Amino acid sequence: MANDHHHHDHDHSELSDTQLRVRALETVLTEKGYVDPAALDLLIETYEKKVGPRNGARVVARAWANPAYRARLLKDATPAIGELGYAGRQGEHIVAVENTPTLHNMVVCTLCSCYPWPVLGLPPVWYKSAPYRSRAVADPRGVLKDFGVTLPASTKIRVWDSTSEIRYLVVPMRPAGTDGWTEERLADLVTRDSMIGTGLPKSPKDLA
Amino acid sequence: MQLRTRALQTILTEKGYIEQAAIDELIETYEKKIGPRNGAQVVAKAWTDPKFRKWLFEDGTAAIGSLGFGGRSGNHLVALENTPHVHNMVVCTLCSCYPWAVLGLPPLWYKSAPYRSRTVADPRGVLRDFGVALPKDTEIRVWDSTAELRYMVVPMRPAGTDGWTEDKLVELVTRDSMIGTGFAKSPKDLR
Amino acid sequence: MNGPQDLGGMDGFGPVEPEPNEPVFHDDWEKRAFALTLAMGMPGGWNIDQSRFARENRSPAEYWSMSYYQIWFAALERMLKERALITDDEVVAGHSLHKPKPVPRVLSPGDVLKVLHRGGPTERPTNTKPAFKPGNAVRAKNINPPTHTRLPRYVRGHVGTVDRVIGFHVFPDSNATGAGENPQWLYTVRFEGRELWGPDGDPTSQVSVDAWESYLTPAD
Repeated sequence: MANDHHHHDHDHSELSDTQLRVRALETVLTEKGYVDPAALDLLIETYEKKVGPRNGARVVARAWANPAYRARLLKDATPAIGELGYAGRQGEHIVAVENTPTLHNMVVCTLCSCYPWPVLGLPPVWYKSAPYRSRAVADPRGVLKDFGVTLPASTKIRVWDSTSEIRYLVVPMRPAGTDGWTEERLADLVTRDSMIGTGLPKSPKDLA
Repeated sequence: MQLRTRALQTILTEKGYIEQAAIDELIETYEKKIGPRNGAQVVAKAWTDPKFRKWLFEDGTAAIGSLGFGGRSGNHLVALENTPHVHNMVVCTLCSCYPWAVLGLPPLWYKSAPYRSRTVADPRGVLRDFGVALPKDTEIRVWDSTAELRYMVVPMRPAGTDGWTEDKLVELVTRDSMIGTGFAKSPKDLR
Repeated sequence: MNGPQDLGGMDGFGPVEPEPNEPVFHDDWEKRAFALTLAMGMPGGWNIDQSRFARENRSPAEYWSMSYYQIWFAALERMLKERALITDDEVVAGHSLHKPKPVPRVLSPGDVLKVLHRGGPTERPTNTKPAFKPGNAVRAKNINPPTHTRLPRYVRGHVGTVDRVIGFHVFPDSNATGAGENPQWLYTVRFEGRELWGPDGDPTSQVSVDAWESYLTPAD
C-alpha cells in the first residue's frame, strides 16, 4: 500500500478529488438521515485526542509496579485492562504477552490492520502498510533493524499474526534503574512501539 | 517511455556497446520473420506425417529443428499432444516464457497477471474467457514453464480435412491452439 | 480470497518506514472517512467481516497503490451501493436525490461512547468441546476460498502446535458471505520459522496465527 506520509508528493488534484468525494458522501448520508454529524465529530475526537498509547503505558506501568496485577493481566488481559477503564471496540478480547530476557514478542496483522485500539489508539501507517505486514512474519529481525533494534542472536522472537478478533499487547521488560518509581513515572518510559514489539521501552537516562 | 528508450539507445550506441544495424535486424526478425506460422508448419506436418509426429513427441527440439526452427527460446522444445481425453495449456506464471522459435513473441494477455494467476488455479474459467468449452471429463494439463523448456501444444486435427496438403492445413492452425487457449480452425472457418 | 491483502512473506515492498511524530490522521478527509465508516456500521447493517472483504476484494494494482483510508472509503462506497443505500447519481451530485431507505438504527452523539465501549465481542456460548488442546500438532488446511478467509497462505499446509484454546468465536469465512455467524472453536497455533520459510529460515523465530477449527486437521 502507498505510504501515506509521502502524500504531499502525490498529485494534489488526486487528493482534493478524494476530499471532494468524502465530503460529497458525508452530505448524502447526512441528508438521508443515516449519520449525525455531531456523532461523526465525537468519533473523530475520541480517537484523535482521547484514546491512545498512554492507556497501554499505564497498563504496563501497573504490571511493572504491581505483581498481582501483572499476574491478572497475563492470565486474562481484557478484564485486567478493564480495571483501568479501557475497553471496547477492537479490544473486546485482549491477550497480553510478556517479553523476557529469552523471548521477544512482536504483533502484526498481515491481512489488514488489526490493533488493540482501547490501549494503543489507532495504528500508525507503517503498521498497516505492506512492508511491515509482509516482512514481520518472514524476517522479524530484519524489521527490528529497520527500527534500530538489535536483539541478542539467541533471543527467540515470537510473532503474533492477529487473524481473529483477539488483540495482542506486548508487555516489555521493565528497564533497570527504576526501583521505587511511581506508576505515572514508569508510564513515561513505555513507548507505543514497545507495546507492539518493534521497540524497547525508554531507559531512565532517556527521560533526563 | 519513447524518450527514455531513444535516449538509452543513443547512449549505448555512442559507447559502442551496441550497433544500430543489429538492433534493427532484431526488430525486423521478431516483428516480421519469426511467428506462429512456424509452429503451424510443425503441426501441419505432424498431422500428415506419422513418423514426424512420433519424432516430434519423442524429441521436440530435434524434430522442430529439422524444419529449420530453433535457437533462442527454442533450444529445449517439448510438443504436447491434445487428444479427445487430454487438453494441454501452457503458461509462465513467473514471467513470460514462450517458445519464440515456433510462435514468435508472446501476446500481451499471455504475459499479463490475469492469465498468469488464473490458468494454474482455474483453467476452465480461463478457457471460458476464450470462448472455449471442453467436455466435463476432459483432463486439462497445465504446463507452467518454470525452466528453460518451452512447450507447444499440438491441437487435434479438425474433421473434414482428409487429403489436405500441409500448406492448406497450415491455414487451420491458430496461435492460440498452440498455446492451448483455442482449437484449430475447422474447414468451414476458412471459407 | 488469495488476494492482495494476504501479504505475509511477500517480497519487494522495501523497508518499514516509520514516520516520526505521526499524526493520527493525515488529512481532514481521512477523519471523515474514518468516522463515516464507523457511524454507518449500524444503519448499513453489515458486519465487520463483510467490511473487511469489501476492502480486500479488489485488484492488487488498486489495493497496493491506494492509501489505507482510500481503501476504507472505496469499500464504504461499495457497501452502500450494494445495499442500495446510495446510488451512483447521488455520489456524483453530492446530494441525496432519492428517498432514504429505512434503516435499523442511526448512531446519535449520545450513544457514541457507549457503543465504542461495548464494541463487538465475537465469543458465543456453546455446549460443544474443542477438538484440539494445547500441545497438539495440527496442520493448516490447503483451503483456497474465493471469498473472505483469515487463514493466510503462508501457513497453509504447514504443521504447527496448538498454543492455546481461545474460545468459541464467530467464524469470519461464513459471516462475511452473509451465511451467518456459525461460530467455531478458535485456537492460537504456533509455527516454527523454519517450518514456514524453509531450512534457511531464522531458527529463533516462531509465528502464530489464530485459527478456527475448520482450518485445521490433526497432524500427530
